[in-house]
Amino acid sequence: MDFAFESVTRVFAIVVFGILIAILVSLVIGSALSLEKYGLRFIWESDWDPVKENFGALVPIYGTLMTSMIAMVIGIPVSFGIALFLTELSPAWLRRPLGTAIELLAAIPSIIYGMWGLFVFAPLFQSHVQPLLIDGLGSLPAVGGLFEGPPFGIGMMTAGLILSIMVIPFISAVMRDVFELVPPMMKESAYGLGATTWEVVWKVVLPYTKVGVVGGIMLGLGRALGETMAVTFVIGNAHRLSASLMAPGNSIASALANEFTEAVGDLYYSALIELGLILFVITTIVLAISKFLLMRLSLREGTRT
Amino acid sequence: MSAISPDNSVYVSRRRRNVVMLSVSSLALAFGLFWLIWILSTLLYEGGNALVRLSLYTQMTPPPGADGGLANAILGSLMMAAIGTLIGTPTGILAGTYLAEYGRQGWLASATRFINDVLLSAPSIVIGLFVYTIYVAQVGHFSGWAGSIALALLVIPVVVRTTDDMLKLVPNSLREAAAALGCPTWRMIMFVTYRAARTGIVTGVLLAVARISGETAPLLFTSLNNQFWSLNMNAPMANLPVVIFQFAMSPYDDWHRLAWGGAALITLAVLALNILARVLFGKNA
Repeated sequence: MDFAFESVTRVFAIVVFGILIAILVSLVIGSALSLEKYGLRFIWESDWDPVKENFGALVPIYGTLMTSMIAMVIGIPVSFGIALFLTELSPAWLRRPLGTAIELLAAIPSIIYGMWGLFVFAPLFQSHVQPLLIDGLGSLPAVGGLFEGPPFGIGMMTAGLILSIMVIPFISAVMRDVFELVPPMMKESAYGLGATTWEVVWKVVLPYTKVGVVGGIMLGLGRALGETMAVTFVIGNAHRLSASLMAPGNSIASALANEFTEAVGDLYYSALIELGLILFVITTIVLAISKFLLMRLSLREGTRT
Repeated sequence: MSAISPDNSVYVSRRRRNVVMLSVSSLALAFGLFWLIWILSTLLYEGGNALVRLSLYTQMTPPPGADGGLANAILGSLMMAAIGTLIGTPTGILAGTYLAEYGRQGWLASATRFINDVLLSAPSIVIGLFVYTIYVAQVGHFSGWAGSIALALLVIPVVVRTTDDMLKLVPNSLREAAAALGCPTWRMIMFVTYRAARTGIVTGVLLAVARISGETAPLLFTSLNNQFWSLNMNAPMANLPVVIFQFAMSPYDDWHRLAWGGAALITLAVLALNILARVLFGKNA
């Protein structure tokens, strides 16, 4: 009986272990046709023409990376601020309710973000914020190109902004957790030397938790890269490569969501599955790095006690 | 002026910097809460009316221009979430048990733990694609079963993770006490450690249910949608998220209204589950 129970649990552990491999294998098999036909060229060709059956993944890959980058540029400082507030500033009785409220941002289904983004946020963004950005930043040298063009409301900038709201709870939760790992002795020593709260956080807490903070950022990045529904609603689904962030684009996940059920022809399917494979490989690598960094932090914690 | 006077310019600038940075940090929190409040109030404002109408729960999804509700979608969502949870929970609990109770040494447990954490955040659309290639493409049609399998694959990592974490929190003295009384390991796990970790595991399951209730992406390629009342798990099945997606992307106003109603319904259900899980866990922690 003992042996049986252990074996059963082991079998299920192996099942979980196998899921990842099964996903990888099935996606490779599914995309065999397109892998064979295009090879590595698939990654940097920008053509996406279902009629002539000519496929390249550059546009969606670019869109995925760009929107995630915008999300990170906004999400990281805000998450840091939130984690700082929750660990150092907040009165103890407010800590739990505020922390829960931020975590609830992660609980809202992504389709809700998408709908809200399309019907509520994008029109306001189009009439009030985008003209300011275009007029204010569009004429600058170097970065100006990112802010050119007419305000559509939807586009990569909008998608990136909404993604940033969605990753904040993940990044700030990890940051808060690792900030709490800092031995009180270290913080108290710094306070004892007369450091201000900001100096304690910036020069003691952050260097100590650096690895974990990067791990949290990677976790958020992994989430942003794979986010589907929210992006699908607001990115505009245009298979066009444009330098401007204001322009509509496409991301891997939104291309899949929009086109997969309507795809005709084996090669089209196979190209879409290859997109999924690329997405899965990228996010798996990012998440593995994240996990690895967070593990290193907790290992160090273990040896110190 | 002496170097240690409070007016020393270095002190002043350090204090100023401190105040500025802490204010920015408070603003960041306000920024986060701002979106939460904005989104929730939009949902209540746009979907509140639809939410209190009985027809939302009794009528089928209508063609454009006609009156209707979301009854078939609600049913489909409930059925697929229930079956997904029923498949995913035992798998997750057993795998988590291996990680926490048997896998203290050996490579399998640590490798599985690592992979599970990757799966936990893997893009859900890829899960949909996976189920499509292994199931839908093989049998040749979309179905409620395929949707349930995709949802189960999302439940598993959440449950594995919480089971593992919660079992590891159970003090070893409990295990040793059971062993000293001559209890075999499996009875020790079933009757001692599971009981000690029960609330934590239930919390994990609730969070997993909350997560799958709102998932859209994996259902697009698996259960698709169905306009009619259907209990047949082997046929395409209506579900709230996909209906919301389809209706919201349409040009029809009455479809938009229904989509908002469905959106408000899902969000309230998911938030309620989340808060319930927290209250449950908070009481015992």
